[in-house]
Amino acid sequence: MKIRLSGADIDGPRVKHIERVTGEDLKHCYQCGKCSAGCPVSYLMEVPPSRVMRLLQLGRVDDVEAANTMWVCVGCVQCYARCPKGCSVASVLEGMRQIQLRKGTGPTLIKDIPIPFLRKAPQQALVCGFRKFVG
Amino acid sequence: MKIPYYPGCTLNTVSKGFDLSARASARSVGFEMEELAQWNCCGATFPLSPDNLIALSAPAKVLANARKGGEELTTLCSVCYNVLKRTNAVMKGDKEKRSVINGFINEEYDGSLSIIHYLEILRDKVGFDKVKAAVKKPLTGLKTGAYYGCMLLRPFEDRGIDDSERPVIFEDMLKAVGAEPVEFPNKIECCGAHLAMSNTGLVTKLSGNVMTSAADNGAEIIVTSCPLCQYNLEQSQTALASATGDYKPMPIIYFTQLLGLALGQPVETLGFEKNVWDAMPLLKKKGLA
Ligand code: SF4
Ligand code: SF4
Repeated sequence: MKIRLSGADIDGPRVKHIERVTGEDLKHCYQCGKCSAGCPVSYLMEVPPSRVMRLLQLGRVDDVEAANTMWVCVGCVQCYARCPKGCSVASVLEGMRQIQLRKGTGPTLIKDIPIPFLRKAPQQALVCGFRKFVG
Repeated sequence: MKIPYYPGCTLNTVSKGFDLSARASARSVGFEMEELAQWNCCGATFPLSPDNLIALSAPAKVLANARKGGEELTTLCSVCYNVLKRTNAVMKGDKEKRSVINGFINEEYDGSLSIIHYLEILRDKVGFDKVKAAVKKPLTGLKTGAYYGCMLLRPFEDRGIDDSERPVIFEDMLKAVGAEPVEFPNKIECCGAHLAMSNTGLVTKLSGNVMTSAADNGAEIIVTSCPLCQYNLEQSQTALASATGDYKPMPIIYFTQLLGLALGQPVETLGFEKNVWDAMPLLKKKGLA
């Protein structure tokens, strides 16, 4: 795959915005891959956690936004617990979700939430789910 | 010893058995859980993006109210514990955020509360030896998998309940009540959490991994301290049982229900009837009910 890199993207306002919302310095990541190895959802992610960090370092915000990654991350914080550099991919993904939700462009529609789940689930699941995926 | 107690939404409703068995067990080992006079939902998730102060206002309000009545606060649900403890750290350590949040909730809270999980009270204040001494019905031969999940343990910087990779607090409690703790690799892996709302397949897989890992290592019953873990693990077993003929679903209960049983509470008061996978046949087989 050919990737075009540009300084304008790498230091661009979108990357800065992500760093501000997520509180993470993306350049700290040195690509050891421990986050992807520990992440229980890597198997389902179009872009696994360590690659999220790499793509953002390269200014490729669109590639991360287009992937399902931020919407299947469960926020278990295993990536952060195991990162030798103290990076939190969990925070990066949550911040990127927040950026979508604040624009009102999250993919979760209330009407799609299964009724049996709404009837039986513990309250905390609904409160948490709505906060993470609806806004 | 009286300890102020925050039940949270779920323990007041679908997980009432968790709440009741914990209160009764507390009395048997010498402390009283005193429910806060005023409390609201903690928000059920700690915001991982640090600019999201609005999400800290609900848990900060809980803490501010609790501080008016004492210096410590206990809770049972892993998520409440995580949210309250992490919010407390922000209120204590970040002057700027503290001032914004306090301004919004109209309080002057400074982070001086100490947040302790029920398991920590048993370990650090009561002592597992005293718990052991109070046991009336030792759970001998009950092979129990302690499922920690995420929120009791992570992130770990002085906030988790125990070592985030090799926790033992649950197992130590189980030993105190005479049960046989079973080690299994997935005891600290995520159950899929709130993705139950949007991605059932993912939750079935993650929770299914936890359950097969426990079953393969000989567990007959699982204890947890999170109502969402309990729900997800229970749900996953339906799919597991129909996908693989040789998987046998097992009961998934709250640790305080097992504790209550050992401390001599009548089995019909423990709330087992709410479980999808009934604990009674196993308990009867073991001569415990
Ligand atoms: S564990 Fe940390 S340093 Fe390693 S790849 Fe992941 S984010 Fe980067
Ligand atoms: S928080 Fe998200 S990215 Fe990190 S390990 Fe858990 S599921 Fe993976």
